[in-house]
Amino acid sequence: MSTAVLDHPATGAPTRFTQAELDWTAWVDPVPEEALTERQKQGLVDIARAKSPYFRLLAHDPDILKARTLADKDIFYNTKAGLPRAERELAAAAVSRSNGCIYCASVHARFASTFSKRREDVQRLLDDGVQADLDPLWNAVVEASVALTATPVAFGPEHVRKLRSLGLDDLAIADLIHAASFFNWANRLMLTLGEPQTRD
Amino acid sequence: MTDHATAAADILDTLAKVSGGTHLDALRRERPQTRDNVQASYAALFEAGDRTSVTLDERLAVAAFVALLHEDGPSSDHYLGLLRAQLAGEALANAAQAIAERARTTGPYGAYPAGPLSIEDLAGPELALEPAERDALGERLAAALLHTHRLVFHPRDAQAQHLAALQQVGWSTAAIVTLSQIIAYLAFQIRAAHGLRVLGAAA
Repeated sequence: MSTAVLDHPATGAPTRFTQAELDWTAWVDPVPEEALTERQKQGLVDIARAKSPYFRLLAHDPDILKARTLADKDIFYNTKAGLPRAERELAAAAVSRSNGCIYCASVHARFASTFSKRREDVQRLLDDGVQADLDPLWNAVVEASVALTATPVAFGPEHVRKLRSLGLDDLAIADLIHAASFFNWANRLMLTLGEPQTRD
Repeated sequence: MTDHATAAADILDTLAKVSGGTHLDALRRERPQTRDNVQASYAALFEAGDRTSVTLDERLAVAAFVALLHEDGPSSDHYLGLLRAQLAGEALANAAQAIAERARTTGPYGAYPAGPLSIEDLAGPELALEPAERDALGERLAAALLHTHRLVFHPRDAQAQHLAALQQVGWSTAAIVTLSQIIAYLAFQIRAAHGLRVLGAAA
């Protein structure tokens, strides 16, 4: 292994999906916090993200980080009409469960629990996987998210019809498409640039 | 719409075939920050000029390969078109197409850290390249396409040693970040465009 690659013991790696808080360590060097340039700080958008080794690693290419961060914040936090936050977080958790991103699933399962107050249903998604029987709307959200996660993409008109029949309007369905698609971006970065660690 | 003369066109509208004034166009304009920054992401990766030592040929070859592995027609046409317009693009496009033809599979698959999730491990192919393919691509791009196949189909198999393999053929840390963002952004873009096409067509 190249000496430039940080070698972390795998002993602290979580071996199951969890709603507990995890850490994440990078396999290649993040930009040190004190060495961040102005452009890199702008890429972080929210300067509190300078504490995160993940965002400081992405800061090596600040322009795409900035655009990605602004898209991320709107896709999840702009709940003016459309899909409620809980279902956006459920979609993120379902995509992460399907791709196998234990870190991403932990963060967004927690958010899904917070916004839905349905912690046990969220835990069943983590424990039983994407086939878990939750309720008609949540099952449809998870099914659509999983179909959007498949390669080749398996999302079809039957998913749209199901979501509409359960009361989602097309803006809400477009929000779901964006949330699930975005986590196919996030999962690939988190899974392939480093790994999660359990906290003591 | 596959040349830089139309660079101002919105990429997701182009790939999802969204026309001005339609229902889908109105939905997208309800979320201007998303719409603008999906476009800004595309511009940062493909139009802004190179700041991290990843050439435009490399960017477009990787993007085309991601699209081909997804068997997504509109994005494959888009990135292959841009790649073929480059000086050495024709040979790279042909190589990417030939490799993608035999490398296509279905994802996601891969292994979990040993433990209770191991019963969910799902085996699948690991891409390997022929010597002639490596020659056509050069060792830097060959290593990048191997990495791309993993990120597209089985990202949970990723290990630190895979980044070391990229470093050994000249990928700097910043270039690895750019490469990863290109692949991961394409995974988003292809799904968002596909989803919007389906939504627009579903009566």
